[in-house]
Order: sequence, then C-alpha cells, then structure tokens
Amino acid sequence: MSHIITVENVSKRFGQVAAVDDVSLAIEEGEFFALLGPSGCGKTTLLRMLAGFETPTEGRITLDGKDMAGVPPNRRPVNMVFQSYAVFPHMTVADNIGYGLKVDGLGRAERDARISEALDLVRLTGLGERKPDQLSGGQRQRVALARALAKRPRVLLLDEPLSALDAKLREQMRFELASLQHQVGITFVMVTHDQDEALAMATRCAVMERGRLVQLATPSDLYEFPNSRFVADFIGSVNMIEGRLTTDKPDEAIITTSELGDVFIDHAVLGHTGGTLWLALRPEKIELRVRDAGSPAPKMEDSPQGYNSIAGTIDHIAYLGSESVFEIVLEHLPDKKLRVIRPNLTRWDQEDFAEGQPVWMSWHACAPAVLAG
Amino acid sequence: MKRPVKRPVKRPPAGPLEYLRRWPLRLWLLAVFAFLYIPLFTLVAFSFNDSKRNIVWRGFTLDWYGKALTDESLLTAFGNSLTIALLSTIVSVVLGALAAIALWRFRFPGRTLFEGAMALPIVVPEICMGVAMLVFFARVLPWPQNLVWPFNLGAIVISHISFSFPFVAVVVRARLASFNREEEEAARDLGASDWQALRDVLIPHLKPSLIAGALLAFTLSLDDFVITFFTSGPDTITFPVKVYSMVRFSVTPEVNAASTLLLLLTVVLTVVALRFQKPAEIAH
Repeated sequence: MSHIITVENVSKRFGQVAAVDDVSLAIEEGEFFALLGPSGCGKTTLLRMLAGFETPTEGRITLDGKDMAGVPPNRRPVNMVFQSYAVFPHMTVADNIGYGLKVDGLGRAERDARISEALDLVRLTGLGERKPDQLSGGQRQRVALARALAKRPRVLLLDEPLSALDAKLREQMRFELASLQHQVGITFVMVTHDQDEALAMATRCAVMERGRLVQLATPSDLYEFPNSRFVADFIGSVNMIEGRLTTDKPDEAIITTSELGDVFIDHAVLGHTGGTLWLALRPEKIELRVRDAGSPAPKMEDSPQGYNSIAGTIDHIAYLGSESVFEIVLEHLPDKKLRVIRPNLTRWDQEDFAEGQPVWMSWHACAPAVLAG
Repeated sequence: MKRPVKRPVKRPPAGPLEYLRRWPLRLWLLAVFAFLYIPLFTLVAFSFNDSKRNIVWRGFTLDWYGKALTDESLLTAFGNSLTIALLSTIVSVVLGALAAIALWRFRFPGRTLFEGAMALPIVVPEICMGVAMLVFFARVLPWPQNLVWPFNLGAIVISHISFSFPFVAVVVRARLASFNREEEEAARDLGASDWQALRDVLIPHLKPSLIAGALLAFTLSLDDFVITFFTSGPDTITFPVKVYSMVRFSVTPEVNAASTLLLLLTVVLTVVALRFQKPAEIAH
C-alpha cells in the first residue's frame, strides 16, 4: 500500500494560537481514516488544510506524492462532505450532484450517467428532481455524499458527518458509510469528536489534543493500548488509578495504589521503580461477584492470592438493558468509587446485583493498561 | 324526554397576543388607517372630479386622465423620471451589492468606518443631500449643459445613485447574514473558481434581496423630489418636479390624475418588492 496523503511537520497558527502543532502522519490508499479529538483540538483545521481551505503556516502536505502548497481547493483531487452538508438550496438534487461535473466541463450525457450512478450509490434513486427543502436531514446528507463522490475524488473528506443526525439514523449511517467506502474503494478521511463513531467506522484513528497528534492506531489498539492518560480517558470510559511501581521483573510487576492495593501485572513495565504511574482499568474488564459476609477474596487464576481483587458495595446502577453500569464504593476507601460494566447475561441479573449489595471486584493481571503520563 | 339545554355559544376569551380582539386597539388601528389613507383617497377621488377646481365634487369624469396622458411636457417629465430611475437602479444594485459583499467577506482597516459612512446617505436629511449635490455639480463636477438626451440626465442619475445604493447595500447585507459559507466552500471544493462560486451559489442566494433592493432603488428614484429639484435644469424636468411646478399655478385635477398614476406604479412596485422579500424571511 502506498501513502496517498502525507502530512509532514504541519503547523497552523492563527496569531499566537497554534491550532495545529507540528503534526506528521501518513494516510494509506483505501483507508477509512479518522481524525478524532475534543472540540478545538485542531482536527477540523487539519481537514481544511487537506481540502485547501487553509494553508499550513509550516510544513508540507502531499497528495499522491504531489506537494499541495499553493494548490487551491478547486484544483485538488479531494472532495468534502461538509458538516452542514452545504447542499445548494436553489438547485435540484440532480443539479447539486452534477454541479462539480458541470464546472469540470463534462458533457450532458456523461453528466447524467454519473448523476444517476451517484444517486443509486447513496440510495436516492428517483429523487433527482426534488429540491433540497423537500428532503429529510439524512437524505440531504446523502446528496452531499453523492455530490462529492460523483467527482470520483482520490480522497473523500468528511467533516463530522453524523453529528446532525438523530441517534437511530446515526447508527445506521455508520454501517452505511463503512460499506459505501468498501464499495467505492476511495480513501475516506473523517473528522469527528465522537469516539464511538471513529471506533465503529475507521480503520485507523489519529487522536489529537490541543493541536498535537497524541496517538495514531487502529481502533482496538487505541482502546486497549492507549499511550497516555488523555487517550485512555477520551476513548471510552476508564477507571484511572495512580500508583507507584514497587516491583519490576521480566514477567511480573507490582504497582502499589491506595485504591486497589497492590496490583499484579503479568508483564514487565520497564519503568523506573518508584516512579508515579497510572493504571487505566476499563469498567468491563472488572468482574463482579456477590460478597457474602466472611467470604474470602476470589483468586484470579493469573495472579497470586490476595492480588487484583477488592471489596466494595454497589452504590448506584445505570441499567441500560443489554448491560448495566455500576458505581461501586470501595470498602476501605468509602469516598472512592470504581465504575464497572457488566453484561446482563440472564434475565434476573438485576436481582443478584442490586443497590447496596456487597461485591468483590476482580480483574486479570493483563487487564489494566499501565501509563507513564 | 329531556330537551338538551342550549348554551349560548361563547367565544373563548382573547389570548395574550390577540390584541386585535380588544376594542381600544381596534380603534387605534382604525385611526392609523384613517391618517394614512384618507389623504391618498381624496387625491384619487378628486382625479375623477368633473370640475376645474379641486374643491367641490361635480361628477365623475376620466377627462383629466386623458389630459394628463396627452400633456407633452408631463409625458417628457415622466419619460425622464423612468429613464433616471432605470439607470440609477442598475448602477445602485451593482454598487450596493458589491459594497455589501465586500463588507461581509473581507476584514480590512477602516471597515467599520466604511460601513457607517456608507449608511450615511440614508440618514442625512434630503435637503442637505440636495444642497450638497447642487454645490458638487457647480464646483467639483460641472455637468456639461446642452447634452443629448439621455446624457443630460447624468447629474440627476449620479445624485440618485448616491442616495439609493446604500439602501440596496443594507438589504443585501441583511440577506448575506443568512448565507451558509460552507455552500460557497462546497462550490470551490467541487471545482468552481471564485467567480463561478459567486455566480452559481452566492448570487442565487442573494437574488430576492437584489430584486427587492432594485425595486426599492427604483421607487426611491422615481418619486424623489428634493434632491432632484436641486440638480435638475430647465431641460431635465422629472415627474415630481413637473407636478410641483403645475401645482404652483393651480391644483387642477390633472395633477391629481398624474399623481394617481404615479401612486399606482409605486404601489405595484412595492407589492412586487414585498413578494420577493417574504420567502426569504420565512426561509430563515
């Protein structure tokens, strides 16, 4: 696979503020690439630099190996789906889709063929003569998609494509966008602040924070192997626990924490013993067991007795149907809570794990991600 | 068998915003309409009066319309007015729209000052504008006399442009506020040049305001008296100036007839202007 887009040490400053700060990344041909981050992290500015609406203050962007410096948006082989869709309200759907082809000087017949092809692609067949105000929000988005795809761009840029849709439609469009990308084989670059969206659709995600690229990885690597507290916290929910490394051997390490006691890890951390570390423990990686009076702490098969289990009491439950989210107060630290997610495996799970129920929480030695910063 | 009890049908009490169902407000509304329309109604009514004097109603006639429509100098004045209105409208729309777009699109030093200065002709008393124009054409840009029609109207056209283009700019500026700039970017992204994006996306969006602005400029020019009075010469009489000079001799129903025709034209243009502005307001 070859790199279709490279971003080399790109910065964009607006006055004193660096919206994008020394970002380097390469996007491969055929990828569904997501730029992910909280609002104001610079992801949209980066996307607009790819489209040509902003010029980098420093650095270089190449597309298909060609330097894009000084190339205006209308001369770039990329097309964009705007957040507001920006469908032209005075044109019919067909005219909207055909607009890019018309300014390119394509003939009537060729244009009509491509318009109907694009309409079929986004499943708007037969709606070509409608005006945008006769369409629903979801349909308008499809028009914007079709309009961009009709130009057969090398790269399709999507700015928060699902943010204006309602929850149900959003979920449906996730699958549709991903399958559309498979179908057309065009590289997609999407900007989103919604981590679910990025995880569900993207092949790779770049997480940005305050203008900087903090991690670039596949969705599962981002979730399971975050490289910083920011990423661990931003992607999904997490119990972040501070601790000190007290043992560090080739295949075991022990991190001492006030919340979880001594946590046993089944791999070397290779840090400086004694330094401050953080454990990122995902809520669904904690197992819950009912704790009867006097029952001993359960032993996890991959950890020595007495490690990786802690007593608590269910304080609050958010019942979500498929799963429940528990907030559990620690027995020895009543002002500290852990978050636990548990699938509702049977139809009477809620009876065993009710509010006020004393429980054991345990986790595997490989469950927590150890973070240095 | 019991007969159903008939209850008097009661209207529900007036809601908080149903002002017009309260009698003081109805009375007020009536007064407003009376003040607004009785003078105009009198004007129109007496244009049909079969009498040389405008005081007593003598009977119905259309003679005054015939007379007005065959009055050579009145027709010339009317032709002048229409020509001036047309020319100044075309220039005002282009100038006003460009000014509005420039103010909306670009940031430049003195932008606020420029915006304020541009709106000045709207608030400056017409008499001041008139005197200013008189001095301007006497001292700074003496418009040559005895030019061929329509070039002899130049001074009036210029002065009409200067007071009507800010109105166009204001109307267009208001419309620009509702423009989604992503649409323009989308056009650029799809391959349009700056100029094509302006023509294909921005201008269509502005269309209602351009038409409304044009009609506004047209009517403003058509019935302007004060500023025209200061800039017109003996060969460049416009309709309002002509009516004024007729009135100085005597207020005959011919003046009424001519004014009624102008009134009719203005009303028609205003209605058209409103029709074009309405959909824009509803859409946003």
